[in-house]
Amino acid sequence: MIRDITLGQYYPTESVLHRLDPRVKLWGTLLYVMSLFLFQSFAGYIVASVFLVSLIIMSHVPVKFMLRGLKAVFVILAVTAVLNVFMTPGRVLVSFWKIKITIEGLRTAAFMVIRLVFLITGSSIMTLTTTPSDLTDGLEKGLGWLKIFRVPVHEIAMMMSIALTFIPVLLEETDRIMKAQQARGADFESGNIIRRAKALVPILVPLFVSAFRRANDLAIAMESRCYRGGEGRTKLNPLKYAMRDYAAHGVLLAYLAAIIAVAVIF
Amino acid sequence: MRLPFCIGCMELIRSDKLVFEYVRRDKNGEVDGFVRAIDEVSLEINQGDFIAVLGPNGSGKSTLAKHLNSILRPTEGTLYIDGMDSADSDKIWDIRSTVGMVFQNPENQMIGTIVEEDVAFAPENLGIEPREIEERVKESLITVEMLGHRKASPSKLSGGQKQRVAIAGVLAMHPKCIVLDEPTAMLDPVGRKEVIRAIRALNDVENITIILITHNMEEVIYADRIYVMNKGRMVMSGTPREVFSKPEELEENHLAVPVVTRLAHELRKAGMNIPEGILTRKELCEAICRS
Amino acid sequence: MQIIVNHIDHIYNPGTVFEKKALSDVTFKAEDGEYIGLVGHTGSGKSTLALHLNGLMKPTSGGIYYDGVDIASEGYDLRSLRGKVGLVFQYPEHQLFEEDVFTDVCFGPKNLGLEPEETEQRAYESLKAVGIDDDRFYVSPFDLSGGEKRRAAIAGVLAMKPEVLVLDEPCAGLDPQGREEILSIADSLHEMLGITVIIISHSMDDLAEHVERMLVMHEGKLVMDGPAREVFMHREELESMGLAVPEAQAVLSDLKKMGLPVRDDLITIDEARREILRVFGRQA
Repeated sequence: MIRDITLGQYYPTESVLHRLDPRVKLWGTLLYVMSLFLFQSFAGYIVASVFLVSLIIMSHVPVKFMLRGLKAVFVILAVTAVLNVFMTPGRVLVSFWKIKITIEGLRTAAFMVIRLVFLITGSSIMTLTTTPSDLTDGLEKGLGWLKIFRVPVHEIAMMMSIALTFIPVLLEETDRIMKAQQARGADFESGNIIRRAKALVPILVPLFVSAFRRANDLAIAMESRCYRGGEGRTKLNPLKYAMRDYAAHGVLLAYLAAIIAVAVIF
Repeated sequence: MRLPFCIGCMELIRSDKLVFEYVRRDKNGEVDGFVRAIDEVSLEINQGDFIAVLGPNGSGKSTLAKHLNSILRPTEGTLYIDGMDSADSDKIWDIRSTVGMVFQNPENQMIGTIVEEDVAFAPENLGIEPREIEERVKESLITVEMLGHRKASPSKLSGGQKQRVAIAGVLAMHPKCIVLDEPTAMLDPVGRKEVIRAIRALNDVENITIILITHNMEEVIYADRIYVMNKGRMVMSGTPREVFSKPEELEENHLAVPVVTRLAHELRKAGMNIPEGILTRKELCEAICRS
Repeated sequence: MQIIVNHIDHIYNPGTVFEKKALSDVTFKAEDGEYIGLVGHTGSGKSTLALHLNGLMKPTSGGIYYDGVDIASEGYDLRSLRGKVGLVFQYPEHQLFEEDVFTDVCFGPKNLGLEPEETEQRAYESLKAVGIDDDRFYVSPFDLSGGEKRRAAIAGVLAMKPEVLVLDEPCAGLDPQGREEILSIADSLHEMLGITVIIISHSMDDLAEHVERMLVMHEGKLVMDGPAREVFMHREELESMGLAVPEAQAVLSDLKKMGLPVRDDLITIDEARREILRVFGRQA
């Protein structure tokens, strides 16, 4: 199940999108997500679809891999669809017992599902084509102006990057501790909710202990390698806009113009 | 002004009656007493030495290591690193880039999501120009023979490879000395060999001072000098040959000699003409054939 | 308890790009009370095999039988199997979680559904068996020393009264004294209680001094199985797999190559000492 979540995963391959500056991708994703909520019309969805499909093609990430990510959120999609189909008032299409299905309901449900699918696919394109470290670099530099408001941008980016490195380590550790407690006869599968929650204690305590130990080790390791916060730090690969990034900004502007045009005309 | 030691000697580290105490508290957080983790340790280490520090768990050897890079400061006594007083908080970053540290658990010292970022971490902290960082990352990875993995994710590497990346990460600071705190304790025999080979090459080729902290006896036979710690005190010191000539004394300090040395010692005790302090299999076989 | 491992395979992530054969046609039989060393290079499948032995992993094909009963058969009580086959993981002290040592050791027997009296009795015996003093019973497991933690964690498995005990790298990270303590515990479990003990280790010197039989894994296959003495005779083969022979035996076989008339099928330091002294006509 965890392996199925493609949102947040990186897919290593070679493409224009992979090479783009992470800041451009961040702004692009933001713009795209906002555009999805601006559209009310059919034409708007066509514009968004064309944009999304061309991004998918450009990313060189297999479509199958991307769609696997949707499997994980299938439940959310289904609930959204069902709620909208049955709860929207309007012209009745079919009715039986107390349940009515309306034309408006079907329409809203379809739009909501498409919107969610587009939202998830769109943002997963960003994470699929950007390494976690590029992403945090992009955040750090792209949001650097927030420092004026005393937002600790560097620290947040550093925390994100460490968290990303340690997620696989801690997942593996959880698996190991679970197996070790199972070997001592622990049972995580049977019983009611309270019993099951109690059964987690033998996993959570060692996991926390280990996480704190790792945090302590890492802090000492960072200090001994002269880490003293973001002040005066340089970068191995500082972010710099290339031609393609300016070009990408152009494309984003064109998309913005298209959205506005569609919103005004339809 | 008199300097604590002469300029021109190749002395790198000197400690005089170094003491480190910490407060022990009971369950309610009340002060219960003081623990002397390091008890009057005096050391002299020269540039280019390969030093091994041996000692059982809890003997204070890791605490000593943390002093060498100013993570801990002495409670009493003095410690000078390359002429800098380790108690001087203005010198802390200079000391840390002079003496690099490699720790036991390779997973817990990886900071980057790919190998080259991890190696670049220290020079980035030192505010070095990107082009120079790239240069340093490359040469450090070449030294530990990991350049081919520069774009790899650390989680995909073996334990020995991770530890070599950690060494490269320290090398990129261009330190004069590297302290390795049980770097092979979590590795398999292949990983151990890789790491020890890398350490020896650094010492031989780059003339970097190595301080290897371990309780694996087979690893220390290449050292120029061994210090043995127990209960915070420095209890033995000498060349590997000298220290391993006293297996009984090592055992009293909860340590053991390498198998070959022990076999040689017992044959000698049984009356065979075999010299003391044999370290390698080859030496032992030759000594037996000669006798 | 007799163990039969019959032609088992284990494939991780079958049918995906990540497919990996971890175990391939592994077959062996262990009788009651054997003392076995399981060795192999990292990734050879030895830890995966250990997980199969108490049902934490299921073979993709083939079967495992305890006293003639297939553990994959319908209605087989896996939980009671985990009581019978104790598995001590690498760095077992990382699974300690209770407020005090004694309660932690009670965790296993409690899970087996034993009465409190029996549970405490077993916890007491196990802690004694690993040499933990009474005055350490009620301290937090996190306040124990490294070696004590390791022993307390082993007691946690022993309290389930296993008939087979599998120890995965039980000495990793311990100092020489700590290693010796753990190995002598394994010895006494084998000798006094007649438990089948299987030790997974990288240290051939330790194994040579303790176990009777050796299993060697390589790339998921069981490539050697026999008395320790015989297995270590295959020095070149072992070295080609990234493994070594005990140092004492290496000395003897080097001496033989140099022309001394020594036997090279001896593996412990004491045996090597006697053999060399014999050749030189001295009484040991």
